[in-house]
Amino acid sequence: MEEELIISGRMNPKVDPMLHIWGWEIPFYLFVGGLAAGVLFFASFCYLQGKEHNYPAAIKIAPLFTPGLLVLGLMALFWDLNHKVYFWRLYTNIRLESPMSWGAWTLLVVTPLSVLWSFTYAREVFPKIDWKKQWIYQLERFFIQHRRTMAWIMVFYSVILGIYTGILLSAFNARPLWNTSILGPLFLASGLSAGAALIIWLSKNEIERRFFSRIDIVIIGAEIFFIIHMFMGFLASTEVQQEAAALFLGGPYTLPFWIFVVFIGMIIPALLELLELRGQRIPVYIPVVLILFGNVMLRFIIVYAGQASRYLY
Amino acid sequence: MRYAMAIDTKKCVGCSDCVIACQLENQVPVGYCREWIVESVSGTYPHLALEFRSERCHHCAKPPCVRCCPTGASHVEEGGVVLVEPGQCIGCGACIASCPYDARYPHPEGYVDKCTFCIHRVREGKQPACVSVCPTHCLYFGDLDDPNSEVSRKVAERKHKRLKTEAGTDPQLYFLT
Amino acid sequence: MKTTRRDFIKISGTMLGTAATMGVAFDWATGSVTHEAFPISTHTTRTPTYCEVCFWKCAGWVTKNDQGDIWKIEGHEADPHCNGRLCPRGTGGVGMYYDNDRLKHPMIRVEEGGKQVFKKASWDEAFEVIAGKMKAIAQEYGPECVALFTHGSGGKFLGHMLKAYGSPHITAPSFAQCRGPREVAFYATYGEGVLSPERTDIRDTRCLVLIGSHLGENMHNGQVQEMSQAIDKGAAIITVDPRFSTAASKSKYWLPIKPATDLALLLAWMNVLINEGWYDKAYVEKHTYGFEQLKSHVQSYTPEWAYGMTTIEPKIIRDTAKEMANASPAVIIHPGRHVTWYGDDTQRLRAVAILNALLGSWGRRGGFYNPERISIPDFPHPPYPTPKRSYLDALEGKYSLATEVISNGICEVTTPAPGRDCNIKGWIVNGTNLIHTLPDQKATLEAIDALEILVVIDTMPMEITGYADVILPECTYLERYDAIRNSPHREPVISLRMPAVAPKYDSKPGWWIAKQLGVVLGLEKYFAFRDIEEVLDWQLQQVGSSLEEMKKIGVKKFKREYNDLYLAEEQEFEFNTNTGKIELYSTEMARAGFDPLPRYTEHEQPPAGYYRLNYGRSPVHTFSRTANNENLVDVVPENDLWVNPKVAKQWGLENGQYVWLKNQDNITTDFPIKVRITERIRWDSVYMVHGFGHAAKKLSRAFGKGASDTQMISHVKTDPVMGGTGMRSNFVTFLQEEPSREEVTS
Repeated sequence: MEEELIISGRMNPKVDPMLHIWGWEIPFYLFVGGLAAGVLFFASFCYLQGKEHNYPAAIKIAPLFTPGLLVLGLMALFWDLNHKVYFWRLYTNIRLESPMSWGAWTLLVVTPLSVLWSFTYAREVFPKIDWKKQWIYQLERFFIQHRRTMAWIMVFYSVILGIYTGILLSAFNARPLWNTSILGPLFLASGLSAGAALIIWLSKNEIERRFFSRIDIVIIGAEIFFIIHMFMGFLASTEVQQEAAALFLGGPYTLPFWIFVVFIGMIIPALLELLELRGQRIPVYIPVVLILFGNVMLRFIIVYAGQASRYLY
Repeated sequence: MRYAMAIDTKKCVGCSDCVIACQLENQVPVGYCREWIVESVSGTYPHLALEFRSERCHHCAKPPCVRCCPTGASHVEEGGVVLVEPGQCIGCGACIASCPYDARYPHPEGYVDKCTFCIHRVREGKQPACVSVCPTHCLYFGDLDDPNSEVSRKVAERKHKRLKTEAGTDPQLYFLT
Repeated sequence: MKTTRRDFIKISGTMLGTAATMGVAFDWATGSVTHEAFPISTHTTRTPTYCEVCFWKCAGWVTKNDQGDIWKIEGHEADPHCNGRLCPRGTGGVGMYYDNDRLKHPMIRVEEGGKQVFKKASWDEAFEVIAGKMKAIAQEYGPECVALFTHGSGGKFLGHMLKAYGSPHITAPSFAQCRGPREVAFYATYGEGVLSPERTDIRDTRCLVLIGSHLGENMHNGQVQEMSQAIDKGAAIITVDPRFSTAASKSKYWLPIKPATDLALLLAWMNVLINEGWYDKAYVEKHTYGFEQLKSHVQSYTPEWAYGMTTIEPKIIRDTAKEMANASPAVIIHPGRHVTWYGDDTQRLRAVAILNALLGSWGRRGGFYNPERISIPDFPHPPYPTPKRSYLDALEGKYSLATEVISNGICEVTTPAPGRDCNIKGWIVNGTNLIHTLPDQKATLEAIDALEILVVIDTMPMEITGYADVILPECTYLERYDAIRNSPHREPVISLRMPAVAPKYDSKPGWWIAKQLGVVLGLEKYFAFRDIEEVLDWQLQQVGSSLEEMKKIGVKKFKREYNDLYLAEEQEFEFNTNTGKIELYSTEMARAGFDPLPRYTEHEQPPAGYYRLNYGRSPVHTFSRTANNENLVDVVPENDLWVNPKVAKQWGLENGQYVWLKNQDNITTDFPIKVRITERIRWDSVYMVHGFGHAAKKLSRAFGKGASDTQMISHVKTDPVMGGTGMRSNFVTFLQEEPSREEVTS
């Protein structure tokens, strides 16, 4: 029998006996960040494709949610800080090696951009809006003229934001479960899938819905591929990674992950969307809600399980 | 200059004096600690081996906590000592998650706290509190770049191991075995 | 103002926050903040003390921070007890001072509405009650009927008070519950005791043999330090222990002996040393008495015979004997400290003493040195009255070789028995929690029940205070002066304890309590001093120092009178025994009617389904007295029960599961204990650290944490030689459900 015990000293709150430094705030933030990234990506991408009139939900309506989502995310992030009065220290440094740092800076770019983007479409979506002041109209005109520039910046930064939600975790080589570069693409794909789902929900346009359903199915396929790939990587790696994978392959996270994330959050909505594309009538909100649910679960489970996976004793 | 510590597991009895001395010296709040003792038992009665390890921050030469810190609060001081500047720390927890040794903890004041190698004592020419209290003299602290320092000699002369080097941290605690 | 460690941080932390913000205002560009980051005091003061957390009494310095609060305690560099390094308990001793649960003012037991309660009292009221009772007892039964139980430094002045009052009954559990058999056995053999700190020359030894003595778990500071030095120098350690102790893990040989058979091994070692001719012939020839008797006595105790008892293979017995012989005379068969195990402990320790004599280690470098202390005269006082009686009269010749007063003997003669004309009627208990200290709690409680007065002087509301008639709050060692520590060591050395801070609450130092009580008892002529400073200064002047000097230096070493740290090879030496020799064959034991040579007796083994209860020490705790110390509890909050994996499997026990214990007398533990499944323990025993399982609710951190081994020790095997209480013949079994409380004897 082997024993490896901490016999004295270590009972530090949030660290022992198992790391739990991050509660609901971080996965929630990762979720809304990923969702906003997905929406903004499609908005700017479709805009640059010149589909402004074909995909109004993607370009005009869905982005209206993103400032709110991002602000919620930032609030969660702020709430999570233990030394809150010093939060502004994030913006006195640029530390490229720290995903937390460049994530903070990315949000500093994306959040105002999402506000401006929404601002330029606000009156199109809600024709009754009256800005009252002349200079606001001037501003609006100015930004409408520069939508293309904004779209270029946004398409770029939304991808960074999407990837960042995964890289934030994968930068921690101390947590074997997180320490895989596939988390970046996986979380990006997941964010895109959530974004597409939100667009489908908001869209009243059959063509747009079908387009994004098709995209969603492809993305879900990619996600499943990434997940399989992730576990293949773990199982072919060192003992600590194998132990991390074991959390999902027989360990405590097995059922929640495979049922909630993969089955309910990916396979079922993908099948439903396929059926819909084949002409079956499926209430639009069902796959959308399932996808968003799966998205939330994915982040929560990865964040929590990652803290349970360790090098230690 | 490269500060490092060697821990002689042949002498360590796991008494926890280092833990308590550290808590008092550094006014670590009750319920928290910067150091800890690991007991490692292997074998089957009566063919057994036992090792005690007095552990703390490894002051890694490649510290992931410093890399992950978004504000630069976690930084490397003279001699490679890894410190946290409370006035710069936002308490995001990234460094805590990044440490394979779980050597950091959130101080109740909000910032992240950890072993400092008692740099305030070292600058006065003293040994860290844990080293100077150890009843078995099993801790050695000093400059690894100085081949004549006690820690250099111990590391050179004795069989030793470092912990979790596979995490790529280049840790600076040397456990003499 | 009370400042806990947490408050400290608060104060400094806020300051730091402000400083940082200001720094930030200036350093926006660089983002750097200056390094006033450490919440460390810079303006400190320090005063000398010696530690009171255990009996080792290491000298140290108490450092206060800029607010005048105690910050830390560190060892005194010049003190040979600690060499500048306190043990974990001493380092954490500051927690004793800051403990919010401390006794805060005197209390008197009164009847209120048919219920007994404690009433807050003034010191004068408390002294009135105590003196009234003591005077009445003296008048009616004689002053000998008041006894003092004491452990620690405060007992010095209380003892003086009691002797002035007329009682010789001053006892410490450190004798009959701990090291008594060792002292008696060594007196019988060498005419001298092992003393404290032990005279073992571990730092220079080449072979250290530990028998159930777990240095490293018991932090007898100087010895642990020297063991570490010995390891560095490559000394061979041989550990005899059924448990894979810390010391066992550092050993060249670990002998996992079957419990209760140690004497068989010791006799077999003698057999091998003698028959192989590996003993120190010149030394034995020159210094010992009774070798031939010993030789014929041990003939039947062959290694092969011992194998059947101990399960230690004959080859290992021979190899280890050879190892010792090779190191001779720099070899120590360590006499241990807590040695009251099976009731034949004096005989076992005699075997240890004889082995050391065969190896020639007594009085030799690397064996046992000859310690010396200076002589400090008592502050002048009239002669004590001569006691007319002793508790030994009531014991009718039992335990005749005891060299100190037997605590359980006092307990025994407190409980009325037919045919005994007088019993002890009053106890003063100072710094020892008898409920957790004396085995057989039922007997202790019966004795307490028979008392006319029980006075408890303590710093903490330990269990014993619950039975007191009067409780007097003593201040901690950090708040008081005490007698000069005058310890026997390689060089004579003295140490001063002075208050670092004023006493908290309405607590008072022991010397003051003794003096005030003495005055109320009408014994003022024995206390002809203003305060203890006068006493200490006078005493120190007599030995060429002064209080003023000692306040500055804390520790003072003196030259040895003679150069006799070790026996001089050419000279004759007369030992303080009947024969003037080291008595392998003890004439004193023979005279008192005991075996003059140790004889092996078998002890009972656990019945089926039961496991021998072995207990030991945590390096972080002293007995039961530190179980509420915030700094120590923080590190080790409770004890756990070591269970061999095979046993755990059989019982379906899991790691971390809590179980209650039941012993052979159907007594169950009040509280459950956490199971630790480990290979470090044999399958026929379980192990726990002593001192937990406190039932006193006022001990907020200790209450209900872990289980009490003392509670399980109801079967006591008393040593006929000196009255020691053998405590290791108790057997326990596991209860996975909480036992119903009727079973508990309360």
